[in-house]
Amino acid sequence: MTWRILRQIARVGTISEAPPQPAHADPQAHAIHRDILAILGRAAAIRAVDAGSCNGCELEMHALSNSYYNVEGIGIRFVASPRHADLLLVTGPVSAHMEQALRRTWDAVPAPKRLVAIGQCACDGGVFGESYASCGRVANILPVDVEVAGCPPPPLEILRGILAALQPAKR
Amino acid sequence: MEDDDKAKAAMTAGAFTATAGAPLAAAFVRQFGPQAIFRAPVDARQWQAAPAAVLAQGGRLVALWGSDRRTLDGHHAVAAAYALGTDLYWLDLPLPAGGAAGGAHDERPRYPDLSAHFPCAIRMQRAVADLNGLCAAGAGALDERPWLRHAAWAPDYFPLRHDASRATRPAPHDEHYRYVAVEGDGVHEIAVGPVHAGIIEPGHFRFSVVGEKVLRLEERLGYTHKGIEQRLAGMGVGEAALLAARVSGDSTVGYGWAYCAAVEAVCRSEVPQRAQWLRALALERERVANHLGDIGALGNDAGFAFGLAQFSRLREDVLRRNQACFGHRLIMDWIVPGGVRTDLDATALRALGDDALALETEVRRLAAIYDGHAGLQDRFAGTGCVPSAVARQLNLTGLAARASGIGTDLRAAADAQPYAALQFQAAHAPGGDVAARVAVRFAEIGESLRLIRRIALALPPGPHVQAPPAPPPRGWAAARIEAWRGELLVALELDGQGRILRAHCHDPSWQNWPALETAVIGNIVPDFPLINKSFNLSYSGQDL
Repeated sequence: MTWRILRQIARVGTISEAPPQPAHADPQAHAIHRDILAILGRAAAIRAVDAGSCNGCELEMHALSNSYYNVEGIGIRFVASPRHADLLLVTGPVSAHMEQALRRTWDAVPAPKRLVAIGQCACDGGVFGESYASCGRVANILPVDVEVAGCPPPPLEILRGILAALQPAKR
Repeated sequence: MEDDDKAKAAMTAGAFTATAGAPLAAAFVRQFGPQAIFRAPVDARQWQAAPAAVLAQGGRLVALWGSDRRTLDGHHAVAAAYALGTDLYWLDLPLPAGGAAGGAHDERPRYPDLSAHFPCAIRMQRAVADLNGLCAAGAGALDERPWLRHAAWAPDYFPLRHDASRATRPAPHDEHYRYVAVEGDGVHEIAVGPVHAGIIEPGHFRFSVVGEKVLRLEERLGYTHKGIEQRLAGMGVGEAALLAARVSGDSTVGYGWAYCAAVEAVCRSEVPQRAQWLRALALERERVANHLGDIGALGNDAGFAFGLAQFSRLREDVLRRNQACFGHRLIMDWIVPGGVRTDLDATALRALGDDALALETEVRRLAAIYDGHAGLQDRFAGTGCVPSAVARQLNLTGLAARASGIGTDLRAAADAQPYAALQFQAAHAPGGDVAARVAVRFAEIGESLRLIRRIALALPPGPHVQAPPAPPPRGWAAARIEAWRGELLVALELDGQGRILRAHCHDPSWQNWPALETAVIGNIVPDFPLINKSFNLSYSGQDL
């Protein structure tokens, strides 16, 4: 069994891709990565909150952890508690029923902290808009640092948003 | 149009009596199109007689929803959809309006309870009470707690009544939700959620445990309720497709297809054969992608990170090919009323066929590793069991039903196009445990990949879309699709001006969430993530 597992690992090899494309287009991106590692070490910790999404954005956030994007390899990881997090990623229009839970989660993140709104709904309410059950965009509830549009945004766009939110941390 | 309906009714009356027999006698009319869906207005006596008759014939309750028809006919209505064999019977019970809309409790119209025969009706009835202010009355209707309504709006605000204000957000209401308490020596509660420790949808789980052992689990959902159905009301059938495709992001192809099929039925329009095949291609790719993701996550939940690494890689390969061929990683909004948005050329079809072949080899290799891994099998086997008797009683649906030895798969119906032409074979496993659900998922990946290869090779020529005519002013239709999680239903009702009066989207998770509660009994708390993931039910799809 161990042999078969090892053989499969060897067969696939290393498939991780160079993190976000700006790395090629923008020479500063490499510097950004260096800064992230220098300032945060390996502790760029993210807590994700689904505040009422359709689950599409969650699927793409999950994809960030696969071997292609391999975000753990560049020092970004998802954590189980907001108390361990530097960054909150929020998806969905904020449902009225999640408003309180979202506020509490944000309050539990220690400062300094940043918030990234992921997906069209988080940016502007999306197809769900505002209603008796939906508070609409995340910015209606909490201060948003970076917005990542798309329905859902592909993993690389989410990663760009995360990096953009981390960038000012060097100041 | 009415005469046309009557002619249809006469034509299909024979088909109805042959399958359903006398007990469900009502003036059923078969809807236009390929799906065997029959609808009839019923009176309270017929409504009350139906559950026993359906049970006696091995049928099940698929969905229950309310509708406010006061502006048109002066009354409310409650609808129940029963599956008998591969046919669907949609019973519509008009309810007198009974006092001022949005009034106090005693002004809520009542209808006979279904939950005494169908336990899965309990939550649906609670939701109909929350959204439409229509209440079940009778021996089984004991649980009067709200289901989708938490503290966000007042108990006398009924969002799906046409006169519910959309301008302002109703005042938050102080809620006191009573969980069922378990008492005894050493019993304590573990409260989890709504924010979970992972990238997961929100919901609340209340475990009553002794030591590590779960005595009882009570689910509390509704956190992602975002008013989809109120928003659908009043929309044109075209614009609503975008919203229907976002009921549950992981089933966007399934909902897209079900919604468009309902629109096509209400518009009485045919779908080109090529479009049907292309839709099936997309649906099977959605199934494969979800099963790959879940099988990987199940390995991870059992401490086998290798599984997650391998299967999430394969899932990403599928999504990237989706982007290249369908223009979207999840194939969102690709299914449109009348067909599909873009055709696939020969190059794309060849790539999809080749991918499927390569993926088969990869999955077979990994399945052998999963099957032979003692540590993994030790966690999977016997964990989270839903015996087939319980599954039947709870009207379990989809892959979970097939893993409990129940043979429901809409794709296996004799007239299911294009599946009948592709000789579809449904997957089955008798065990009812996590291992059985993993086995069904592996088998379904294999079958879906075979279907994809067949479609890629033998896709019929012709147009990929044929826009349906404008909808009639009034009309109704429903459609069912066997999405990866199970059977989902979209029911449509038009408002007299060709716009949506009521669109109801029913997720299979309604039936399967209660089964999760029974599956965890007697298991240890650390096995809950594993059991939960083996079902992987939708929050957004049932919260709406």
